[in-house]
Amino acid sequence: MAHFKRSLGIGLWFMFLTLPLMVVRVNTISREVEWRWYNLAWAGLCAFVIAWFWQFSIERRTARRAQVAANPHPAVEKLSLVQRLADDPVLSRRLLAVAAVVAIIFPWLVSTGQNFYHVNVMVSALIFVVLGLGLNITVGLAGLLDLGYIAFFAVGAYTYALLSKNFDLGFWTCLPLGGLMSMLFGVILGFPILRLRGDYLAIVTLGFASITKIVLENWDTLFGGAAGIANIPRPEFFGMALDSRQKSVYTYYIVLALVAVTIFVTNRLKNSRAGRAWMALREDEIASVAMGVDMARTKLSAYALGAFWAGLVGVVFAAHNNFINPDSFTFMDSAMILAMVVLGGMGSILGVIIAALALKLLPEYLRAFAEYRMLVFGAVMVLMMIFRPQGLINNMRRKYEYDTAQGGKDNGGN
Amino acid sequence: MAATKGEKLLEVSGLSMDFGGLRAIDNIGFELFAGEIVALIGPNGAGKTTVFNCITGIYEPTMGDVTIHPPGGTCRRINGMKPNSITSLGMARTFQNIRLFPAMTVLENVMIGRHCRTGSTIIDAILSSRRSRREEKETVDKSYRLLQKVGLADVADEFSRNLSYGAQRRLEIARALATDPFLLLLDEPAAGMNPQETHELDELIVRIRAEEQVAILLIEHDMKLVMNISDRIYVMEYGKEIAQGTPREIKENPKVIEAYLGEEVHA
Ligand SMILES: Nc1ncnc2c1ncn2[C@@H]1O[C@H](COP(=O)(O)OP(=O)(O)OP(=O)(O)O)[C@@H](O)[C@H]1O
Ligand SMILES: [Mg+2]
Repeated sequence: MAHFKRSLGIGLWFMFLTLPLMVVRVNTISREVEWRWYNLAWAGLCAFVIAWFWQFSIERRTARRAQVAANPHPAVEKLSLVQRLADDPVLSRRLLAVAAVVAIIFPWLVSTGQNFYHVNVMVSALIFVVLGLGLNITVGLAGLLDLGYIAFFAVGAYTYALLSKNFDLGFWTCLPLGGLMSMLFGVILGFPILRLRGDYLAIVTLGFASITKIVLENWDTLFGGAAGIANIPRPEFFGMALDSRQKSVYTYYIVLALVAVTIFVTNRLKNSRAGRAWMALREDEIASVAMGVDMARTKLSAYALGAFWAGLVGVVFAAHNNFINPDSFTFMDSAMILAMVVLGGMGSILGVIIAALALKLLPEYLRAFAEYRMLVFGAVMVLMMIFRPQGLINNMRRKYEYDTAQGGKDNGGN
Repeated sequence: MAATKGEKLLEVSGLSMDFGGLRAIDNIGFELFAGEIVALIGPNGAGKTTVFNCITGIYEPTMGDVTIHPPGGTCRRINGMKPNSITSLGMARTFQNIRLFPAMTVLENVMIGRHCRTGSTIIDAILSSRRSRREEKETVDKSYRLLQKVGLADVADEFSRNLSYGAQRRLEIARALATDPFLLLLDEPAAGMNPQETHELDELIVRIRAEEQVAILLIEHDMKLVMNISDRIYVMEYGKEIAQGTPREIKENPKVIEAYLGEEVHA
């Protein structure tokens, strides 16, 4: 009943607020004032329903919190659907196989003749998947808030552009070089700043990204200034000539392979000595160093490895676009990649992939709503932070196999 | 790492620590021998935790020397060393305000303790090299065995944030033991435990000393526990050392009784 009253109040309040905007319209031709009262009813009704739903959700969440607080030691935490899927090896393997097959035949499904628009869209999206997964190592696993991740992407892209332009080096030579170059930048930058924490680190990385962009924009002789660098060669395929559709499909498979490798590596690292040390540092720095984790080295490795992926995929980006300029490497892109990691769920591979695809593909296909994009984006962010702060998918922890026999008393193993 | 009984492990002399104008600890000196359980007691704010922080490298002491004599190793002065280096030399600690890794499982928390005793690199992990696989297995086995020892084996796969207070404190002990220390520093391990849990902890500490061959330096407010298990006790007040001796001597020391207003010591 209290909900009803409050929702009613909110509904009325919105009717009042939106009155001048939604109801009154001056028809300039017939010089009449139109009164669109039905709009008022809509505004009131919508506000009422949303307010009701909102209160209902908040209440449910509070109830759940209280329940958790009352029972601090639950026998089992409630498992999410994904967690249950992951615990079922047969099913998850099948799903993975299906996803892989769909990904592989995708270009043949959506491209006919010379129409390969969807393939190109997918290449851009997958590039961001790799970026998301790379940043996931730095932010999600190691907890180093990096607001300038796009700078490493730029380093990779410009490495390829310059090497191919000035030294005629091919794509496949430049791919590792771009990655290593970014990594080098990561290490050089990381040494002095990784002692900083949280906000301070975020600000310095933000500054680094801005500096990178300014240098790229103003050093015309080397980087081509704001105009950028054009005519970057596409990936070569054993010296064969490909038409533009084939080139796109070929690039698609290259990025897809990169995605697969990134997933594989992240997955291996997550449950390794290094990955656990990253997570420990994320959880509690003092406890980690007191347990023997070398903070400087561990942080640096996470930072450099994240930069490596950005550089790698930066090379692909330059090759795919034929053309790069500093406008592709703005703060908005850094923020977008960070949003992928946060929305997907820090440290969760699947979550980051889903979030990256959603954030890149939805705006592309919902062009009709392009004007509302940032609005929706902001609303989604706020709602997520309130109702699902841990992200779409919880970071799942592996259950290790252990020999329960040794000490006798136990039954907890698998 | 087994040390012969009576061998000196740790020597602290003239240790002082200033925070701005506040001298939190003032000219503290003590030593610790193999096989001992030594307690450090004193009223709130006496500077006990600060002593731990100075010994384990969290703070760099303003003055004084901390010297360790690892069994079978050479003696070293460790002031100013990084905490992780000190841990790999063989000293491990727990925290008064529990510092676990909440989003990691109980088993993984202990596995972090093995970090400084293993060496697989990122490349090893990616390629799943033989070294990495062997170390992973050893790490899991050893960690699980420690969980069994502290009675947490059946919650090995739970997130550590879901454990009860007492269980979290025991988990901290297991994690510290995973670093293969010769000296274990426990900062108020019984804080927040009920009498039953405290009693079990009492047995656990004694058992750990015997089975893991570690010496133990203990900060604790629960006098019953301290008097039960310590071989020797140092008492601090306002950063200064005011007494030392066996539990019996401490109980009868007038200065100590005064510091504690004569109440708890007789518990
Ligand atoms: N990082 C710090 N900065 C400033 N002052 C500090 C710091 N750490 C400790 N102190 C001060 O040093 C004194 C000793 O604190 P410490 O935590 O060592 O006491 P304690 O004996 O462990 O007390 P308790 O029994 O409450 O744990 C206190 O006055 C405290 O305020
Ligand atoms: Mg203390």
